[in-house]
Amino acid sequence: MMVISLSKDVMRIIKDQDVVPFRNRVKEKATKIKMGLVNQTKLITAASELVRNMLKYGNGGEIVIEVVSRGRENGVRLTFKDKGPGIADISLAMKDGYSTGKSLGLGLPGTKRLVSEFDLKSEVGKGTTVMIIKWANG
Amino acid sequence: MSLSISKILQKRKSSVLEKWIQNQLSDEGLRDDLISNDELRASSEELVDILATNLNDTNIEDANSEDFEPVLEIIAGISLTRARQGFSPRETGLFVMGLKDAILSVLQEEMQEDPTSLFRESMKMIKLMDNFSIITFETFIKGREEVILRQTDEIAEISTPVIRVWDGILALPIIGTLDSARTQVVMENLLQEIVQTGSSLAILDISGVPAVDSLVAQHIIKTVSATRLMGAECIISGIRPEIAQTVVHLGIDLSTIITKATLASALKYAFSILKLEVRKTQKEKTTLL
Amino acid sequence: MDRIPILRMGPFLLVTIQVDLYDRLALTLESDLVQMVNKTGARGVLIDISAVEIVDSFMGRIIGNIASMSKILDAETVVVGMQPAVAITLIELGLPLKGVYTALNVERGMQLLRSMIDLDEDQDEDEETDE
Repeated sequence: MMVISLSKDVMRIIKDQDVVPFRNRVKEKATKIKMGLVNQTKLITAASELVRNMLKYGNGGEIVIEVVSRGRENGVRLTFKDKGPGIADISLAMKDGYSTGKSLGLGLPGTKRLVSEFDLKSEVGKGTTVMIIKWANG
Repeated sequence: MSLSISKILQKRKSSVLEKWIQNQLSDEGLRDDLISNDELRASSEELVDILATNLNDTNIEDANSEDFEPVLEIIAGISLTRARQGFSPRETGLFVMGLKDAILSVLQEEMQEDPTSLFRESMKMIKLMDNFSIITFETFIKGREEVILRQTDEIAEISTPVIRVWDGILALPIIGTLDSARTQVVMENLLQEIVQTGSSLAILDISGVPAVDSLVAQHIIKTVSATRLMGAECIISGIRPEIAQTVVHLGIDLSTIITKATLASALKYAFSILKLEVRKTQKEKTTLL
Repeated sequence: MDRIPILRMGPFLLVTIQVDLYDRLALTLESDLVQMVNKTGARGVLIDISAVEIVDSFMGRIIGNIASMSKILDAETVVVGMQPAVAITLIELGLPLKGVYTALNVERGMQLLRSMIDLDEDQDEDEETDE
């Protein structure tokens, strides 16, 4: 089924303090489509993980926040774009317990478990784009 | 072109309606137990009316034209109500197809002298009505799906009752298979209730779960871990011998979880944690002596 | 600069997090708290997160750090009041906060800390205050 975008916002994330307003914006969108509390928390946590990755490895970037719909379902789609170094081995990065930074190494696979759809594209030297969708009752 | 469908339809609206209703009434499959003749007439009339108003020579070849939105709305409305009333898809489909027959026969009467245009216009009309029939079926199925979805939600809701068995002890008997959607509901209900009642112990009774595979075990472990994060403890009870066997055969590690064979023994354990004691009272039978 | 207040309650320290933590604030809390444990010789740290809506892996790590650091300084850490949605999310994320004690609310957390500390102190001085 087709995923249709209903509204679109773009936010630039450059520094640490941008994270809180970004989270609030995501929460706002999720509340608007009547997403349950648990799913909201999962979505915002996933968004938080990804934005942190973006700040840490990609020196910030741009996030597209969209309300999308597919058939009778509504959801929130977030697209994180950075111009960082990129990820050399995506399958390795998606493995539980792997990390290049000094974090717990559950960033990407953990994040994937929190959302309904997860798509990661990366080109070494060019940057990384991560797209996630959380359906209101998914 | 002197004779267009839209004009014919406008002119002969009442005879189309009559024919259509005749068709419906003469049909053996008419469900007069589900719908009264008046209702049937009213909904038929509405549909013919709106079709005659919105149909013109250009949009006849485009069923997706915006002009048909009111028509589709009515068709959708009719098939939705019929789905809920318990009509079969066949009966609902025949309703719209009957209109096609009625229109075509009126068309035939009007265009007798000109077989070529009759054929051309009939084809257009058939195509359009077929599209409407498809939409009828789609909405009909959607209506049924909605019923199913609602029931699924209801089942999920009622099948996970959280019982307060003692001050500070909750019990949650699970009956039926534990899939990930259900685990989510179970977890949410349980944790919510823990917060609301301030209970520090929860007993998850799985005697009604038919089988425990590694996925179900994983769901159970998740629920226990989440309970612990909140600062409460979760005991799993109702583990049948077969389940113990499969768990070990599958190599699932439940060693971090407190497990008990029966709800009674789980409750006893919970009492001991809360430093409670259950005793038989020594009744003094003074009256008899 | 923003700071999260740390309250002293007898032998314990109480931190109530009521704002959205961004990274630097969390790091400041970590160092403030460890300093405070050292300065006051506190035996326990209570972190109340009942108003926190999101705990991601970074926050989880900070909490874990506080617990480990306090442990070295001979203080136990109890996280209290985690919201159900947060607990479910943390489990799904794969972050069970191992080594951190949890309790339903501040009161229970306090009880838990007392019982842990009393165990150590029962040997030399026998003054049990509660129960």
